[in-house]
Amino acid sequence: MSNSAPQFSRQLEVVKAGIQTSVQDLGRQGLRHVGIAQSGALDAPSLRLANRLLGNAINDAGLEIVIGPVSLRFLQPTWFAICGADFKARLDNVDIACGWRVLAQAGQVLHLVGAAKESRAYLAVDGGIQVPEVLGARATDLQAGFGGFQGRALRSGDILPLGEARTLSQALGVLQRVWTPEIRAIAGPEYAQFCVASRKALWTQAWKLSPQSNRMGVRLQAHALNLSLPLELQSHAVLPGVVQVPPNGQPIVLLADAQTTGGYPRIATVIDADLWKLGQTPAGAHFCFQQVDLAQAYAAREQAELQEFRLERSLDWKLRA
Amino acid sequence: MQYYLLGERAVVMQLPHAGAQSMACQQRLWQVARDLRLQGNCIDVVPGMNNLTAIFDPALQQATTMLENLAQLWENAEALSFPSREITIPVHYGGEYGPDLALVAQHHQLSTSEVVALHSEALYTVYFLGFQPGFAYMGGLPSQLATPRRAEPRTRVPAGSVGIGGQQTGVYPAASPGGWQLIGQTSLTLFDPQNSPPTLLQAGDLVRFTVESLSV
Repeated sequence: MSNSAPQFSRQLEVVKAGIQTSVQDLGRQGLRHVGIAQSGALDAPSLRLANRLLGNAINDAGLEIVIGPVSLRFLQPTWFAICGADFKARLDNVDIACGWRVLAQAGQVLHLVGAAKESRAYLAVDGGIQVPEVLGARATDLQAGFGGFQGRALRSGDILPLGEARTLSQALGVLQRVWTPEIRAIAGPEYAQFCVASRKALWTQAWKLSPQSNRMGVRLQAHALNLSLPLELQSHAVLPGVVQVPPNGQPIVLLADAQTTGGYPRIATVIDADLWKLGQTPAGAHFCFQQVDLAQAYAAREQAELQEFRLERSLDWKLRA
Repeated sequence: MQYYLLGERAVVMQLPHAGAQSMACQQRLWQVARDLRLQGNCIDVVPGMNNLTAIFDPALQQATTMLENLAQLWENAEALSFPSREITIPVHYGGEYGPDLALVAQHHQLSTSEVVALHSEALYTVYFLGFQPGFAYMGGLPSQLATPRRAEPRTRVPAGSVGIGGQQTGVYPAASPGGWQLIGQTSLTLFDPQNSPPTLLQAGDLVRFTVESLSV
């Protein structure tokens, strides 16, 4: 398979790929029953925001950037926006602020150095990255090796096809939301099977992200969580956000590339409104789980949706102005 | 049957005790899955081993309504009776294709031919898919062939490998680490994202392994 994209007239060249840089959109739904994971941006709100800044569809594919340095050359004039973690981006020699849309001229190179605090940056381009859809999405399933750009992380020399250019008039920026170390979660189906001390520890311990964390799940370290009695569970469906506790007592919070079924006890589920935080917690950082109930989870989800709606309307208005 | 929420956008029905797997329960769950898909209110309906999870959009459906619906469908469901598909999987047993065949035979004090005969004469049922795209959890392994997993998993099991792990048998659709005893390999494609449908097998299928070759 060649690296070029003959039918698209605009392209992005990967000069330096970084590690685990991949094409992601909002992922695949409805295929878990055949073992296919969702994939897609771990910090979905940041990808949506970057897309909105450019007048793209929120589901247009962009790049998820995890470890720099990354260098990308625009081969034609291209509007781009970076949201999520601040990777100290530079366009040629000019510093780029996170959360702004910028017009790059043909030949200019975007450099992303590395993240100081949060851990993933999302680069959107006008027209979106137009790799072929596989099973209804452009997200890369890095585990199963399909989708995105040839089913893999990007390498130097890769040429990405871009969609049609947009006519955008002025620079525009949106204030980025900030990661905080509380992640709200609901007690899970097997919560009551854990001993009292462990249930308490779930909510009070400072959990540290292990370096073994990846797009399948974040592995947490602290004092082990223990069941009251041994528990034999049949394989069941799991979702991103489910907090599993394997026999060693160190929880795993499943993320977008996780397997679709599992057999470990589910002590909690992270609420949808806070899932993005797991994609932005750097290795070695600590956070706490904050217990909420179902009603609070729904309220948080509605609040997040309302915020995005307002933002969308405001950007929409500005795009037309 | 237990009913509960998983997070804020999934409801689960589950047979309470993790004892012997019940085929009759599974067949009824397949019927419920079928009914749920026809209703069209779920984003996904995911069977597990004697359980079923329905994923929905909380903006469109209420969790309590979804739970009540599951209970209702279970009451009305009968073990799924429409004819299942029967899928044949040709297997090259033993030799380089099945490096653990001799070990499995020895474990049960059978000859490799006997192991192959027992494995290929049985009729298997796909309970559900999970673990990897297209990986089928199958019931029906003759109890004489149940073999513990390897103490040390292999870092790489070739795609198409047919294995035994405990009381289960199955086929690895893609190369991956794996701890099952490998008795053979098929050249059939179990998962191809470019195909429609992308997986060879689906829940409810009947599977027969055939002997393509047997090496020592």
